[in-house]
Amino acid sequence: MNLHEYQARELLQRYGISFPPAEVAATPDEARAIAQRLGKGGAGRVVVKAQVHAGGRGKAGGVTLANSPAEAAEHAARILGLTIRGLAVRKVLVAAAVDIASESYLGVIVDRAAQRPVLMVSPAGGVDIEEVAARSPEQIHRLGVDPRYGLLAHQAIALGFRLYRDVTQVRAAADVMQRLYAAFYGVGASLAEINPLATTPAGRLVALDAKIVIDDSELGRRPEIAALRDLSTEAPAEERARAAGLSFIKLNGSVGCCVNGAGLAMATMDLVKLYGGAPANFLDIGGSSNPEKVVAALEIITGDAAVKAILFNIFGGITRCDDVANGIVQATTQLSLKVPLVIRLTGTNEAEAVEILTRAGFSALTDMDEAVQRAVALAAGRP
Amino acid sequence: MSIFIGQSTRLLVQGVTGRDGSFHTRQMIGYGTKVVAGVTPGKGGELFEGVVPVYDTVADAVRETQPNAAVIYVPAAAAVSAIFEAADAGLGLIVCITEGIPVLDMTRVTPFLHERGARLIGPNCPGLISPGKCKIGIIPGNICKPGRIGVVSRSGTLTYEIIHQLSGHDFGQSTCVGIGGDPIVGTSFIQCLSAFQADAETDAVVLIGEIGGTDEQQAAEFVQRAMTKPVVGFIAGQTAPPGRRMGHAGAIVSGAEGTAAEKMAALERAGVGVMQRPADVVPLLKERL
Repeated sequence: MNLHEYQARELLQRYGISFPPAEVAATPDEARAIAQRLGKGGAGRVVVKAQVHAGGRGKAGGVTLANSPAEAAEHAARILGLTIRGLAVRKVLVAAAVDIASESYLGVIVDRAAQRPVLMVSPAGGVDIEEVAARSPEQIHRLGVDPRYGLLAHQAIALGFRLYRDVTQVRAAADVMQRLYAAFYGVGASLAEINPLATTPAGRLVALDAKIVIDDSELGRRPEIAALRDLSTEAPAEERARAAGLSFIKLNGSVGCCVNGAGLAMATMDLVKLYGGAPANFLDIGGSSNPEKVVAALEIITGDAAVKAILFNIFGGITRCDDVANGIVQATTQLSLKVPLVIRLTGTNEAEAVEILTRAGFSALTDMDEAVQRAVALAAGRP
Repeated sequence: MSIFIGQSTRLLVQGVTGRDGSFHTRQMIGYGTKVVAGVTPGKGGELFEGVVPVYDTVADAVRETQPNAAVIYVPAAAAVSAIFEAADAGLGLIVCITEGIPVLDMTRVTPFLHERGARLIGPNCPGLISPGKCKIGIIPGNICKPGRIGVVSRSGTLTYEIIHQLSGHDFGQSTCVGIGGDPIVGTSFIQCLSAFQADAETDAVVLIGEIGGTDEQQAAEFVQRAMTKPVVGFIAGQTAPPGRRMGHAGAIVSGAEGTAAEKMAALERAGVGVMQRPADVVPLLKERL
C-alpha cells in the first residue's frame, strides 16, 4: 500500500526525522491560509506539492514554489485540477520553502536475493533514484543490514562519509539513517526513502520529501497504518473486490477473467493475449469456492462496460469444480448477464460440475487453450 | 529417489486441529504420508482422527515421536512463531503453507534457520509431493503420477495445470515442489534445481516462474553453469502492469526489474526451453529427452 508524502513525513517525524513545517490543503483557500500561517515566522515562501501516488510529480507540474499566500492559492487551484499519470490530485501539501545547497538520497528496501534490508544512499539526491542507478550507478552506495542487530552506528557513519566531508554533517546524516531504518521496521514498510535530504546554505540537514510503501501483509496487525489507505486513489471496483476478499486488478481489455490462483490467473491473461485478445482484469477468487465470491466476482467484472466476454478458468484441486459450478449458476440467476460466458473447469469433481452447468444451459470446457480461444473470439464479436 | 522428502519422511503437522490443518492432514494420511504427530497448543493429549497424537509444543512432539519434517497450517499471525518453534526443536525440513507473513518477519526467520541448518519451503506455497511416496502440503495427489520429471514452481494452481498436462501425457513426476509466491522464501529455484540435478531418478526439470525479483535469472545462470539435465520453463505475468502486486506478494514488477520478458530471455539464453503456454510443456520435453 502506497502512502502519500504527507503521511510518510508524519510517520518519519514520529521517529525524530525533521522536515520543514507543512500542512495539507484540499482547496486553494486552505492553501492560502496555511501559507499565511507558515509565513509568519519566515520568509513567507512555500512549496505547493501534489499529493498523488505517482512518480514524476515535478515534471508534471505538480510541485511549485509560491512567493506569497496569494500565489500559493493560485498554484493550489491549478495543481488540484491536475491529473498525474491517470490519478486526479485531490490534496496538496503546503510546506515552508528551504534554501538548498546540496541534496542527498537515503532509502531502505528489502533485497529479495540477499533476504535482508538494504540501505541505499547517494550524493546525487533530488532526482529519481532509478535514473541515478541507470546513469551513474557508482553514485549509489549500498549496505546490507543484519536485521538481528539493525543498522549499527559505525556502519551509518561510514555511509555518511560517502555523502559529506564535514563530520558534523556525517553524524547528522548517520542519525537520520538510523531513524529511517527504525521507521522502516517500525511501520512495516517495503520501501522507505528520503529524497532529497537537503543541506541548507548554513549546513543543516533537513528532509524535504519522503516516500513509504507498506507491505500489505503488515496491515492486519497495524490498524493505524491500514487506516491511512486513500480509497480515492483506487478504482472503485478494486475497493469492492478487496472487501469481498478477491484479488483484483483492472486492465483495459475486453476479456473478463475469473480464475482460481494468482499464477494461473496471470497465465490465463497471458494466453488471452497470445490468442490475440486483451484481458480486462486480473482476478483470483482464491482457494475457496464460496458461491458468494463467485457472485461478487461476476458483479465486478460485469460492471466494466468494456468487457465483451467472460472467461472462467478453474483448476480444481482443493477447490471443487462442482462448488464453483453452483456459484456460477447462482450468480447468473441473480445477475442478468449481457455478455457471453466461457467456462473451463478441470480437476476435482469435474464431471459433476459439467452436469450442473449443462443442466443450467451452459456449456463447459475442460481444455484451457480451447476456452481462451473461444472467449477471445466471442469478445471480438466472432461466434 | 526424490528430493527433500520420501518414504523415510516422518511428518509433524503444526495447526493439525484447525480447519485447513485437519482437512489437509486427512488428505496427506490418505495419500500415504507418515504423519507421526500434530501440534496445537492447549490440545496436547488428544488423538487426531483417533490415531495421530497431538502435543502442546513441537519440542514435546519431537521428543516423543521423532519426526524429521514439519508442515505449518497456522494463520499468518502465528506462522512466524511456528517456523521458529520447528527450527528450534531441530526439524530439518519445514514446509510453511501459510500466506500473508510480513516480509520483514521473514528477514529475521532466514538467519535463524540458517544457523540451525534447517530447510524452509515456502511460505505461501502449496508444499511438495513425491508421487506415490509422500505428500506434504496441499498439492492434489490425484493429478500426479510417479515418474522422472522434476517440477519446481512459485505458484499453486498454475503448477497443477502443468502437472495435469504432464500426467495426461505419461510424464510422471519424481518430485513437485512449490517454493512459494512471497518476496522472501526459504528455498530458491537454484536449491531445487541443484537437488534435481543430483537426483538419480530425475531426468528433466520443469521450472515455473513469474514476474518479480530475479530468482529466475539466477536460476538461468545456474542451469547454464551447473546442469546437464534438460530444463523447460514457463514465466507467468507477461500482461501484468508494472508496479502492481498480482495476487502473490512477490509477483510485482518494480522499476525495470522482474519483467516476464527479461526472465524469458534469460532462460532462452541459458538453453532452457521456454513455453509460450502451459500446453507447450510436453512437446518441449519430448524434444529434449
